[in-house]
Amino acid sequence: MEKSLVINPDKCTGCLQCEMACSYENEGVFNPSKSRIKVFTFHQEGRFVPYTCTQCSEAWCQQACPVDAISLNVVTGAKEVNESNCVGCKVCTISCPFGTINYNQSSGKVIKCDLCGGDPKCVSACPTQAITYVDADQTGLDKMRKWATETDNAQSNATAN
Amino acid sequence: MSWTGKLLRINLTSGEITTEAVNEEWKNDYLGSRGLATKYLSEEIDPACEPLSAENKMIMATGPLTGTMAATGGRYVVVTKGPLTNCIACSNSGGFIGAEMKNAGWDMIIFEGKALSPVYLYIENDKAELLPADDIWGTSVWHTDEWLHNKHQDPLLRIAAVGRPAENGCFYAGIVNDLHRAAGRSGVGTVMASKNLKAVAIRGTLGVGNLADPEGFMKAVNDGKVVLSENPVTGQGLPTYGTQVLMNVINEIGALPTNNMKDVQFDGAHAISGEAMHEPRKSDGRANLTTNAACFGCTIACGRISTIDQGHFSVANKSKYWGNSGGLEYEAAWALGADNGVDDLDALTYVNFICNEEGFDPITFGATVAAAMEMFEDGDLTLEHTGGIAFNFGSAEALIQAVDLVASGEGFGQDLALGSKRLCEKYGRPELSMTVKGQEFPAYDPRGIQGIGLNYATSNRGACHVRGYTVASEVLGIPEKTDPLTAEGKPGLVKAFQDITASVDSSGLCLFTTFAWTLDNIAPQIQGACGDKWTVDYLLEVGERIWNMEREFNLKAGITSADDTLPPRLRKEAAKTGPAKGLVSQVEKMMPEYYQLRGWSAEGVPTDETRKRLGLK
Repeated sequence: MEKSLVINPDKCTGCLQCEMACSYENEGVFNPSKSRIKVFTFHQEGRFVPYTCTQCSEAWCQQACPVDAISLNVVTGAKEVNESNCVGCKVCTISCPFGTINYNQSSGKVIKCDLCGGDPKCVSACPTQAITYVDADQTGLDKMRKWATETDNAQSNATAN
Repeated sequence: MSWTGKLLRINLTSGEITTEAVNEEWKNDYLGSRGLATKYLSEEIDPACEPLSAENKMIMATGPLTGTMAATGGRYVVVTKGPLTNCIACSNSGGFIGAEMKNAGWDMIIFEGKALSPVYLYIENDKAELLPADDIWGTSVWHTDEWLHNKHQDPLLRIAAVGRPAENGCFYAGIVNDLHRAAGRSGVGTVMASKNLKAVAIRGTLGVGNLADPEGFMKAVNDGKVVLSENPVTGQGLPTYGTQVLMNVINEIGALPTNNMKDVQFDGAHAISGEAMHEPRKSDGRANLTTNAACFGCTIACGRISTIDQGHFSVANKSKYWGNSGGLEYEAAWALGADNGVDDLDALTYVNFICNEEGFDPITFGATVAAAMEMFEDGDLTLEHTGGIAFNFGSAEALIQAVDLVASGEGFGQDLALGSKRLCEKYGRPELSMTVKGQEFPAYDPRGIQGIGLNYATSNRGACHVRGYTVASEVLGIPEKTDPLTAEGKPGLVKAFQDITASVDSSGLCLFTTFAWTLDNIAPQIQGACGDKWTVDYLLEVGERIWNMEREFNLKAGITSADDTLPPRLRKEAAKTGPAKGLVSQVEKMMPEYYQLRGWSAEGVPTDETRKRLGLK
């Protein structure tokens, strides 16, 4: 079963454990600047929002790459960068509408989320379950459950009245 | 080994910037951060020097776990000789700049001398340069932060800066990083400004690694995270209520200093508590608290992000304070609130915002206002002195005018910027200053919690709760419950807490982990990062060595055993209400046993045997 990352900013505290787990998995050091997932702080609003690649089915990055360095992992559904093919032309970084594939000046290649081969380290590192990894067809389940509860309560109240 | 092994030395007088290898022997003796930086300072300056002279140095330091995935591993310290106390000053801060410094490749930055004109230090990994700060001198921390982000066109820059009070010589100015985290106590920001150094801006992209045992480290880190999440204090209390979880608890046990420590319980405690921060306001239906927030790598997330009611008189015509910013911690809420008899949560939140915006310590500021209020009510201070402000206990209006005056350095703000010791001396009432070694008390009354009084009296940076937080044991039962009302057994408890804390502070971890962790949880993380020698026993030895090194610095600075005491009020005026009713602090009774356990002479000086045992030269 294909799975997807689901991010719930309501639960995020901005601790950057996800960024460290990501960089440690991929680079062998704790280095938020090389993380494939980024947490954005909206100071005035008091919000912390993690953001990363959503693994588009028809991925702009994959289609734009002139050297076929980005391929589909058929098990996880992730679009993965093949470092030995990547020439660092950055066309993918221009084509991605979401900014989630980026150049890494240390390696001269691009980097993006590859779902850690099906065991995303950001998920296990997150202390508040703001990042989860669930059935790709059911990413709305938690929101639906929340609204189901609210709708049910409203109906019960209406009946009681 | 998790340390980068490199330090930056910034000579502000000459403008010369050099790099050095960190002294290997000292690293092994003092671990990092607080311990290592204090060793450098002790070796490099005369402890008797004038704190605001070019002769003093200021060190920013990380620990070996700073910047790693260890939960809370984002701390850094500022070590210098403090102007408030004339003692060793070591002020610890979270946020993100400590980890950024480590990511840029530096264990420490040593600032020496004094720049001819205002400068800031810009660091981009190996590149470090001093740049002109004339355009931001005379402006706030928040303005400086925005200006630097704009100038460098880099939203990821991490910044620590001083505000106007530091430049004006306020004795308790701090260094604020990431807008609302602070190395807040003892006047470390005043030292920074005295060197004409406005800010430090860092961008680090090198990564932190070099672990002694990567697998062992990650296992210890993950085990530690589970312990934090399952513990009721670090897993629930602190995330939900922040340190403000304590307000009602400490009030109930009769240890919430009120009205300049005249009383030990505050009627308005609930109104300024962590619980109240969750309650919807009558005006706009929103709660004071928007969300909790974490420092770098922290899985506890005790930080408060708050708003002020837009209709509150403090901000009614100041829309810049209508958004979210760093909210009240317990110490600030107590000092600004209970100690002044003010129970207006919005007012306290406003004052807290200004302390962050302009970079000064809300504990010392609040306690100084409390002393001013007592002197005003006693008639020592008049409207003429205060510029027409009626400094009565309970007056939120006076508190707010006071914070604006200290921020701008105008009028009576110049007197308030002295701190309570100098203020009370100036107006002939030295006994009304609630300080040890010139530094104001935090939020635990030594009449109701006996052990913390001994810790205050012996703390190397003046009155301070985070040198030996015996409240954990005496109130919360961590690691085991002791009776807060008895002096019995407290010297040993204080010593143990002080030594452990010195070690934890030197690792780069946050002290708050010790609500859940013992050294048995911490040692494996340090061992994974730094090697097998960092056992529990060795960490205790290192902690004790650090404590004694700090003591020796203070002795050379002119401190004597006569300074290891509490103000007469706490030793002579009994608590009037609550469980501690009728009690005074028994600090004098506890002191001889404490000296003995420390291996110090009756004059409070480490004996030759103690110095030899700890390898102090």
